[in-house]
Amino acid sequence: MTFATLTAGTIGRAIGPRWTLVAGATMLGLLILIAIAPGVFSPYDPLAFDYKAIMQPPSAAHWFGTDNFGRDILSRTIWATRVDIQIAIFSTLFPLVFGTIVGTLTGYYGGWLDAIFGRLVDLVVTFPFLVIVIAIVAVLGPGLFNMYIAVSILGWVFYAQLIRAEIRVQKQSDYAAAARVLGYGEMRLIFRHLLPNAITPAVVYLMTDMALAILLGSSLGYLGLGAQPPTAEWGVIIAEGKNFMSTAWWISVFPGIAIVVAGVSFSMVGDGLADLFRRRR
Amino acid sequence: MNGALQMPEPLLSVRGLRVAFGTPRHELVAVDGVDFDVRPGEVVGLAGESGSGKSLTLRAILRLVKPPARVSGQVLWRGRDVLRMTEPEVRGVRGGEIAMIFQEPMSALNPVLTVGTQIRENLEEHTDLDRAARQARAIELLDLVGIPAAKARIEDYPHQFSGGMRQRAMIAIALASEPQLLLADEPTTALDVTIQDQILKLILRLRRDLNMSVVLVTHDLGVIAQTCDRLAVMYAGRVAEAGPVTEIFERPRHAYTLGLLNSVPRGGVLRQPLSSIAGQPPSLSNRAPGCAFAPRCPFVVAECRAAPPPLVDIAPMHETACIQHRKVGQR
Repeated sequence: MTFATLTAGTIGRAIGPRWTLVAGATMLGLLILIAIAPGVFSPYDPLAFDYKAIMQPPSAAHWFGTDNFGRDILSRTIWATRVDIQIAIFSTLFPLVFGTIVGTLTGYYGGWLDAIFGRLVDLVVTFPFLVIVIAIVAVLGPGLFNMYIAVSILGWVFYAQLIRAEIRVQKQSDYAAAARVLGYGEMRLIFRHLLPNAITPAVVYLMTDMALAILLGSSLGYLGLGAQPPTAEWGVIIAEGKNFMSTAWWISVFPGIAIVVAGVSFSMVGDGLADLFRRRR
Repeated sequence: MNGALQMPEPLLSVRGLRVAFGTPRHELVAVDGVDFDVRPGEVVGLAGESGSGKSLTLRAILRLVKPPARVSGQVLWRGRDVLRMTEPEVRGVRGGEIAMIFQEPMSALNPVLTVGTQIRENLEEHTDLDRAARQARAIELLDLVGIPAAKARIEDYPHQFSGGMRQRAMIAIALASEPQLLLADEPTTALDVTIQDQILKLILRLRRDLNMSVVLVTHDLGVIAQTCDRLAVMYAGRVAEAGPVTEIFERPRHAYTLGLLNSVPRGGVLRQPLSSIAGQPPSLSNRAPGCAFAPRCPFVVAECRAAPPPLVDIAPMHETACIQHRKVGQR
């Protein structure tokens, strides 16, 4: 064992075993705080034009600089947090709930129910996710609401797969037999005994999925299929800055960093949770 | 009415219980026509080696064996056939009247619910107690099974308990609904010897205090000798011999039982090399047409290989499925 690993181990123990979870949750908490009250943090109106200060580089007055209409990038990035956190929640809520229900029932009962949903799941995972989302949004028309619809139509299959596999394992366990022996009804067995033991991977995946949803929302925003300008959304801001990359890099870079920070904090929470659940077993 | 036999009516009466897997053309019969009775307050042992069908028999009694396995025969619980009950009726019997405990106390407790929650849940399902009474009763039960500082430990999760304590907690959960019959599937196999002894004594004490019957499945003849009133020895899915424990241990009347007893070390006698039964138990797909033990049996005669010998009475309450039982008895 080298000195370096020894030190790293010591520091790890000092911070505690859950440092990824703590760090991730702290960053995520901050983002949520900003999303709840962007007005408190943002120095300017995110939509207000200021022709006396266009294309300003980062300065004391404009920390993240301004764009070609003189809008403050810091304020726009802060207000965009609200939109993107919303995207993270609304894109995953329905898939989580519906996928959990489908996965639980198909995993427990099997049979024709499982066969039908199994083929549906196969059908969805055959296509590249982003391509089919773009196709659906293109048909329904651009906008965040239509993006939620597209993601909801497809996203539940991943949760259904995870929960189904886990329920099938838990169903065979001794404690499931023990619960059956105690004369408990099927609904109680499924939702009180099996599901809480099966939901862990789905919760961990939820965090990853939220990060992916933000990326997806930004991608669609960038392509003009998601949030519509002038709404401040990270992908939209990046798209607005793309023509000025060589002269005014700050327009695109700061919202880009925001996406990275949000993605990393969701991932760290997911990682930390996975670790925590593993430890408890 | 026959007044000669002063035996009370059996609580549980298993008749011709059969569990088969596979397709009808290539049937694998794991439990093949098992008969036994359990009377009130009695501890009955089901002994046999791995794969003899003892655990499956126990699970089939509570209809825990699911398709594609096929279960037939009769399981008469106080005169009603469990195998022909409706699902709500079975649920009333499970937990409420017949409880079961398992071999692995770690995996048989739900890891995400506290021990207290799991006891209260059973009370909620099977008794009329209100919330406060359920809590009081849960603590009482944990105390009854010998968990120190029950009140402090009741909100602990199963992983905070040791192996022996988990088995005690499982017994507490099973007993919450005051069942008349406890099915114990190798309850002490996963525990070390001192804890094993404590758990067996606990089961015996609870049997006496709560006046319930127990069916104890085990491969350990020492456990049977210590706890059971009567014993059924199983081999290859059938009952080989059944009778009072003292009688069988003193004078086994089935060649297989004799072989089993000879392979157990005994204290207090001159040390001798342990004998073992030569050969392997038959696989499910490869059963001899006659007595399943015939290929390994030192007493075998031609008749043994013809057809499976039926269980015959050789003494009151003592039956054996051995053609050579006289010779085995004299050895």
